[in-house]
Amino acid sequence: MAKTYDAGVKEYRETYWMPEYTPKDTDILACFKITPQDGVPREEVAAAVAAESSTGTWTTVWTDLLTDLDYYKGRAYAIEDVPGDDTCFYAFVAYPIDLFEEGSVVNVLTSLVGNVFGFKALRALRLEDIRFPVAYVMTCNGPPQGIQVERDIMNKYGRPLLGCTIKPKLGLSAKNYGRACYEGLRGGLDFTKDDENVNSQPFMRWRHRFDFVMEAIHKAEAETGERKGHYLNVTAPTADEMMRRAEYAKEIGAPIIMHDYLTGGLSANTQLAQWCQNNGMLLHIHRAMHAVLDRNPHHGIHFRVLTKVLRLSGGDHLHSGTVVGKLEGDRDATLGWIDTMRDSFIKEDRSRGLFFDQDWGSMPGVLPVASGGIHVWHMPALVNIFGDDSVLQFGGGTLGHPWGNAAGAAANRVAVEACVEARNSGRELEKEGKDILTTAAKHSPELKMAMETWKEIKFEFDTVDKLDVAHK
Amino acid sequence: MSDMQDYKSSLSDTTSRKFETFSYLPAMTAEQTRTQIEYIVSKGWNPGIEHTEPENSRSNYWYMWKLPMFGETDVDAILAEIENCHKAHPNNHVRLLGFDNFKQSAGASMVIYRGKTV
Repeated sequence: MAKTYDAGVKEYRETYWMPEYTPKDTDILACFKITPQDGVPREEVAAAVAAESSTGTWTTVWTDLLTDLDYYKGRAYAIEDVPGDDTCFYAFVAYPIDLFEEGSVVNVLTSLVGNVFGFKALRALRLEDIRFPVAYVMTCNGPPQGIQVERDIMNKYGRPLLGCTIKPKLGLSAKNYGRACYEGLRGGLDFTKDDENVNSQPFMRWRHRFDFVMEAIHKAEAETGERKGHYLNVTAPTADEMMRRAEYAKEIGAPIIMHDYLTGGLSANTQLAQWCQNNGMLLHIHRAMHAVLDRNPHHGIHFRVLTKVLRLSGGDHLHSGTVVGKLEGDRDATLGWIDTMRDSFIKEDRSRGLFFDQDWGSMPGVLPVASGGIHVWHMPALVNIFGDDSVLQFGGGTLGHPWGNAAGAAANRVAVEACVEARNSGRELEKEGKDILTTAAKHSPELKMAMETWKEIKFEFDTVDKLDVAHK
Repeated sequence: MSDMQDYKSSLSDTTSRKFETFSYLPAMTAEQTRTQIEYIVSKGWNPGIEHTEPENSRSNYWYMWKLPMFGETDVDAILAEIENCHKAHPNNHVRLLGFDNFKQSAGASMVIYRGKTV
């Protein structure tokens, strides 16, 4: 029988709390960590989040009756305690796939982390994880090339790739900047990288930078006989300008360009990733602004969600944290999201912060990039944690070598190869790291010098955003 | 400055040329080569041997030495084929690959015999 119109405010849970609901394989699932205002029942808040992130508004409207709202609504289907924290709880919400435009992570995020995050009945809200059904994954373009194609393009097999971010971040002229790249590349790096805030400032306009850096690449390739690249940052004030820079990078033969997907925006990123796929270019992705979104344990968007969003929007590299360097990152949680970047199927695993199975279908993987405050002494741990499918990126750890960038690069290259060789021989890298590096340094004065320079540096602050673990 | 060491590498010095993975380490001893082959076998990868004239080493396609050794797990047999390839082409670079058919990529690739670089 048809429903009748009954104006007024109804409790959300009457419509949106469905503990008996079994999610469909095609549903988009979300796990929110909700910190409610005092005295509001959990089911009501969970239902409110489901409503406000899908079809609902605060009052009944007559137009609700023109559609099949029971089909289109988001459903809060489960609630769980947060281990170790009584101020909040997890709510699981299922959304029918029809709610979202195909191939648009922009649209998914606009719903899931839209108005609902300012909702008054909540003190704080965090999107912990999303399960994208494979039916939705296959509507997205994804990484332009993927890990295997990158290995073939760059001719790098059986080891992590090696990079370096050029410093100082700002202020170098294009010619001096190209010099810094050349020195790193001839010393044995695979890639050098624009810092994220290098765009096109008065001291170094993008076009000069691109020209000088390409000369550095060509000369280093001729000198070493190996393939080299530099992440030319095409992040720009407008998408048109971004595309202009990308086109020029292609024109001069650059193998890889770079974009900041959060500050640059997801529409621009998706557009650029599709262009890269069609033009045979690799795309390195930086994540400036992520810590604003993901660092607070009670509010925002967890990085594992931002990881999935990037894989769908498109990128071949994504910064992942290092576990061991200067930037935030819990080890188990990091392992969880680097698998999320690379693997084709990732199982739910709460010990690594993964709330759902995630099936990527045939979508290629993204190389995690470990960057920030790392040097040769970290190499054994990095190779062990990240494995071969990664980019290990030493900025200060290359450029800060007492003999310069080429020596710093060579030190890192010898160290990474020595660690891979030792790992393949069955040695335990994190236990025997010192011995492995010391032996390798016997035939590499550059490595020996690097080991003497950085011996004492450690970063041992506690992680702010930890995995939730039981306290009782 | 006197303690500082110059980085010796140039276009004119052909010893500056490298061979990708493991080429920044000294050439492997027979024992080390054996260990790397054991690793390839333990991963379930298919060993393959390729060689090239040093002047053509930048091509993606080096010459295959016979076909990849699909399903071969005998380390001595693999070592013997590397030797055979080297004997037949003593001036060429000879590399060993471990083909991972699931990833459609080489899980390992290393030059075992280094020819004279150009």
